Amino acid sequence: MKKRIRFFMAAIMAVLMFSAAASAAGMPPAVGGQLPDMKIAMPKDSGDKGYLGLSFGFGSFRIPQIRAKVVIVEIFSMYCPYCQKEAPIVNQLYARIEQNPALKGKIKMMGIGAGNSLYEVETFKKRYNVPFPLLPDGDYVIHRQLGEVRTPYFIGVKINPDGSHQVIYSKLGAFEGVDQFLSTIIRLSGLQ
Amino acid sequence: MKIFHYIVFSLIAAALISLPCGQTVYGLSDAYKNNVYNPGDLKPKDSVLKVKVGSRAPDFTLKAVSGEKVSLKQFRGKKKVVISFVPAAWTPVCSDQWPGYNIVKDIFDQHNAILLGITVDNIPTLFSWTNQMGDLWFPVLSDFWPHGKIAGSYGVLRADGTSERALFIIDEKGIIRYIDVHDINKRPPFEDIVRELEKLK
Repeated sequence: MKKRIRFFMAAIMAVLMFSAAASAAGMPPAVGGQLPDMKIAMPKDSGDKGYLGLSFGFGSFRIPQIRAKVVIVEIFSMYCPYCQKEAPIVNQLYARIEQNPALKGKIKMMGIGAGNSLYEVETFKKRYNVPFPLLPDGDYVIHRQLGEVRTPYFIGVKINPDGSHQVIYSKLGAFEGVDQFLSTIIRLSGLQ
Repeated sequence: MKIFHYIVFSLIAAALISLPCGQTVYGLSDAYKNNVYNPGDLKPKDSVLKVKVGSRAPDFTLKAVSGEKVSLKQFRGKKKVVISFVPAAWTPVCSDQWPGYNIVKDIFDQHNAILLGITVDNIPTLFSWTNQMGDLWFPVLSDFWPHGKIAGSYGVLRADGTSERALFIIDEKGIIRYIDVHDINKRPPFEDIVRELEKLK
């Protein structure tokens, strides 16, 4: 009987330790490392799906599935004053990429709204005319996986032809200038 | 007997893993740097409402951060009023609530509604705190003295002197049409306000 009680105690301890580890926040993505295994809900908008190259997907996707050589991910929130202030500058970055034939289609952008519902990310998108996909993370699941970074936070991800990926940029806060930021991403990714 | 152990083990594991994380995510915007105080998880609600949907909203006159005095009755017959009580300045979820409302003035205008933000903090504290949010288009009112009198009259003053995170929507006739005393640890989704304003169109 004692043996059985010991067994149950050990089992409960093991499970508690496991669940504590599972629920703890991750670390912010490290440059040179990989993204956590983030499942992102598929965009509802067909334009967003097409842009990301996820036209035939459904359910959820992972960032390395995006059809691009580099993906710039902004962690933002409709409720974040700095993200609001930064929005027109981030839009300029998108325009620079799209206007440059050497970059268009190779660098893609997307935003993840930490703690924002679909309605809230769409409100932000409409208010600032954001041209790239903004996707919700209403329950902070992705935000937690990313180490609960403050916002805005930018992550650059290089996607290799074999489907593997590396984080090439991971930084909190506004970028100093559009051109400077873009040059940094190009240099770090080895695109040019 | 071993199989019995495995079954029990699996059941315990499944139950524990399926528990919600229980972690509240706080003060996200870098606008506040490290100036937001984290009180940890709080009792979701800690007061008893003194008003109900369909009843007349208790009137009040409070001083705004801008210096003007704002009364509820000044909107009677003119606008719907959305009152957003938030618990306290420089706390996590509150700091990430009003900045969102700041970019949707057009939605309030479309529904002929004004937003009034109220906390139990004094004016200097509210001044410093709301400065981090940019220029707010709506009045921020101080219910500091007599402490929490208005929050108390609505029944959203907590035992520790802060208020609940609560929304009240009051129609042009001064009647309360919607109440959401939200879990203090969570931000109400913005679409809840829009949905209720739509109903009053």
